[in-house]
Amino acid sequence: MNRYPLWKYLLILAVVGLGFLYAAPNLYKPDPAVQISGQSSAMVVGENVLDKARKALDEAGIEYFGGEVGDKAILLRLKSIEEQLPAKRAIQQALGHSDYVVALNLASTTPEWLSNLGASPMKLGLDLAGGVHFLMEVDTNTIVRTNMDGYLQDVKAKLRAAKARYRSVDLVDDREIVARFRDEELRDLGMSTMRKEFPQLQLVEAGSGSNLEIRASLAEQEIKQLEDYAVTQNLTTLRNRVNELGVAEPIVQRQGANRIVVELPGVQDTAEAKRIIGKTANLEYRMEARPDALVTNKEYFEYRNEQQRQLRGGAWLERKVIIKGDRVTDARVGYDESGFPQVNITLDSRGGELMHRATWKNVGRSMGTLFIESRFVPETTTDAEGNEVVVQRRTDDKKIISLATVQSALGRQFRITGLDSPAEAQELALLLRAGALAAPMYFVEERVIGPSLGADNIKVGVTSVQIGLLAVLVCMLLFYRVFGLAANIALAVNLILLVAVMSILGATLTLPGIAGIVLTVGMAVDANVLIFSRIREELRNGMPPQSAISAGFDNAFSTIVDANITTLIVAVILYAIGSGPVQGFAVTLSIGILTSMFSAIMGTRALINLFYGGRRVQKLWI
Amino acid sequence: MSETKVENGKITEYMGKRVFDFMRWRKPAAAISIILLLASIAALAMNGLKFGLDFTGGTQIEVGYEQAPRIEDVRQQLAGAGYEGASVVRFGSDTEILIKLPPSVAEAQTQISARDEQATQSIGDKVVAVLDQASAGDVTLRRVEMVGPQIGEELRDDGGLGMLFALVVVMAYVALRFQYKFSIGAVAALAHDVIIVLGFFALLKLDFDLTVLAAVLAVIGYSLNDTIVVADRIRENFRKVRKAEPEEIINISISQTLGRTFMTSFTTLLVLWALQFFGGELIHNFSLALIVGVVVGTYSSVYVAANVLMAMHITKEDLMPPVKEGSELEEMP
Repeated sequence: MNRYPLWKYLLILAVVGLGFLYAAPNLYKPDPAVQISGQSSAMVVGENVLDKARKALDEAGIEYFGGEVGDKAILLRLKSIEEQLPAKRAIQQALGHSDYVVALNLASTTPEWLSNLGASPMKLGLDLAGGVHFLMEVDTNTIVRTNMDGYLQDVKAKLRAAKARYRSVDLVDDREIVARFRDEELRDLGMSTMRKEFPQLQLVEAGSGSNLEIRASLAEQEIKQLEDYAVTQNLTTLRNRVNELGVAEPIVQRQGANRIVVELPGVQDTAEAKRIIGKTANLEYRMEARPDALVTNKEYFEYRNEQQRQLRGGAWLERKVIIKGDRVTDARVGYDESGFPQVNITLDSRGGELMHRATWKNVGRSMGTLFIESRFVPETTTDAEGNEVVVQRRTDDKKIISLATVQSALGRQFRITGLDSPAEAQELALLLRAGALAAPMYFVEERVIGPSLGADNIKVGVTSVQIGLLAVLVCMLLFYRVFGLAANIALAVNLILLVAVMSILGATLTLPGIAGIVLTVGMAVDANVLIFSRIREELRNGMPPQSAISAGFDNAFSTIVDANITTLIVAVILYAIGSGPVQGFAVTLSIGILTSMFSAIMGTRALINLFYGGRRVQKLWI
Repeated sequence: MSETKVENGKITEYMGKRVFDFMRWRKPAAAISIILLLASIAALAMNGLKFGLDFTGGTQIEVGYEQAPRIEDVRQQLAGAGYEGASVVRFGSDTEILIKLPPSVAEAQTQISARDEQATQSIGDKVVAVLDQASAGDVTLRRVEMVGPQIGEELRDDGGLGMLFALVVVMAYVALRFQYKFSIGAVAALAHDVIIVLGFFALLKLDFDLTVLAAVLAVIGYSLNDTIVVADRIRENFRKVRKAEPEEIINISISQTLGRTFMTSFTTLLVLWALQFFGGELIHNFSLALIVGVVVGTYSSVYVAANVLMAMHITKEDLMPPVKEGSELEEMP
């Protein structure tokens, strides 16, 4: 009685082994390091630079070891994290600012065979180890301009419809629509039309003679609202990008009117971080222009895909934008009947409305999906007082990713086809899911920041966690003796599995996070307590030891499952509906429930079976 | 061996284990719960929650030093001048410091409440004055700006709705696995625990930050877990124990699970006490919220969930596995 078949032991061993393997990198603390690279990629950093850096550190009295010359950069490991900043300063001074970039880095010490398995340690949070701080500025002009662009098309159409013949209608300074008329009569007609059709625009009369103007602009309040919307939308998008699972523990917050601060833990390699957050991409849907459309109403775009570009070049699309990527609420990769990849898209209700209106009378025409990438190039100019100012000049790259025939009126859900590969579909879906930026933004500043907790605070925090853990272990041992020992081993396994899964998910470890993990441990003993008190109960009822063990595990099983599934339901819903840290909590909670059920039910049972199973037992040490 | 021991018409021992008459005190317990709930709601209505830097955003001040200061010193200087709860980090180099202040602290110390640029600027000036006085080197203000909250507004908006939805699904699951009277009991216990923890924080005007939010979410998990374990035993006993009143069955069930309830609460509290006493400032409120939650949760699994079952007149029939219909119906008068 109470024996497990061999395969169960092997399964448990395998899971525990994998857990050990993937939790192991956390034992290797990364070394604080300084990284030296050339200002441009053509620059070679070699032994001579390393020698100079070494000399600078020697002079500054900073301890270092293991200088490595890599492909593009030199890595110098330091003894203490406190000396990172002084070391950076000393080396930068010695090498000069013009040729070399000295950055802080954390050098991994995980053995190569572990990293080859895809195992990596958890990052330490902003509170424990600091990270990088990026300041980004949202280019709010763009959103005002695109908004005015939309008005421009509408104003032209309405004026034409009202027969208010204009000489020209243009957008000036991105913020003002100027309509020019030949005489008073036409202008008055234009004025009354615009008043009626566009009550949200502020209209001013200007000009004289045969050059009469109506100047239309948005109210200050309205512009503010637009800019506000753009910043908030970008904030949300960035949050989703840097924290898809909610366990990355970044800080993303608004600073002032149109800036966004992003603080990422651990990533001290700023180039890597910039790649993640800086992808300023957007999407637009437009109908393909009719062949007879005026040039002023259509635009020519190239295909993004190399093959298609060589085959067909590009296509003319209408200037009018149906919707943009910010209306997408979900995007998933799917496959059509013949196995070609597609992206299934869900829009918000307003987006669905716009899409329906645009497509129901255009069945049979083609609709194009435009991919927009923005790049900012800093440009130095001189202002009126002769001072040098750096202006970020933006260039937009708009390319067609798909052009497909509208088969039927589209609503909130539709699909993008014409994608080349599953990988391309995957990337597009991810980009759409994370949300598009409402307005492009550029990096203003990047700094490395120190930990927000003092060394003392970290020390007491870690000590308290150790004391708590130890207290639980001792308590279980005193209370349940042999069974308590089994439960403690299971707890340790639970801890290792939890850490392993969190590492695989790329979670970040903060001090409250550590406290949370230990708390999970305190609560995870519940399953074992349930089982053990049930066994005691059965013993009291006069059951022989072996049957009591078996009955205890069996009877407690449904209770444990019920209790845990109920909690798991809450966790899943919290994940689905919450965002950021709430999602992260839900992830940790779910993993904790699953690993604790595994270790407390299967793990403890295996140990008890090994100890007591298949032999005569007079008395249980419980 | 006889299954039960009866004294004064009540079961006092079952299967060799003492049965406590918990339900005798159910009315006073209900009164206590209601008073606690009303007090919590009143505290929440009057004081509100004092949201921390994570939720509110605040003032961000960038200062430069002539000579690299010790971070600990800067923290102490700020705390000494009354700027509690400020976040202080090195910013880019060792002579640059970034300070974040919660709005409540900034307002209390500088008497400046308007949230415009000028006000922000003068908060920055005052803070720099404090640091300048305390350190030998020259401290200069590099930049001061308002920063928004760390977590999105959508979290607050969707949070309430999400919780309601979660409650409905949990109710449905419990109703399916047990019976709808249990689902009302479980959700009542859950709401009871969460409201009291929130009320506690409102009453004592403690900082409610992200760690406390996590603690409240953990309390939800804990409370549900506890309630389901007791409910599971009540269901089992309703099916197993013959010739007993519902009140007695509930008493037996709670008595049987009492050992486990105390043991689990005790191990959890051991961890929390360690965090509370040795953990320092950052996890102080986290552990405090959980201690309150675990204590209240233990109490509610005994007195709230079971009390609701009693109030709703739970019967044996409610929990008997469904019998073939038809034959049963015909026998009914």
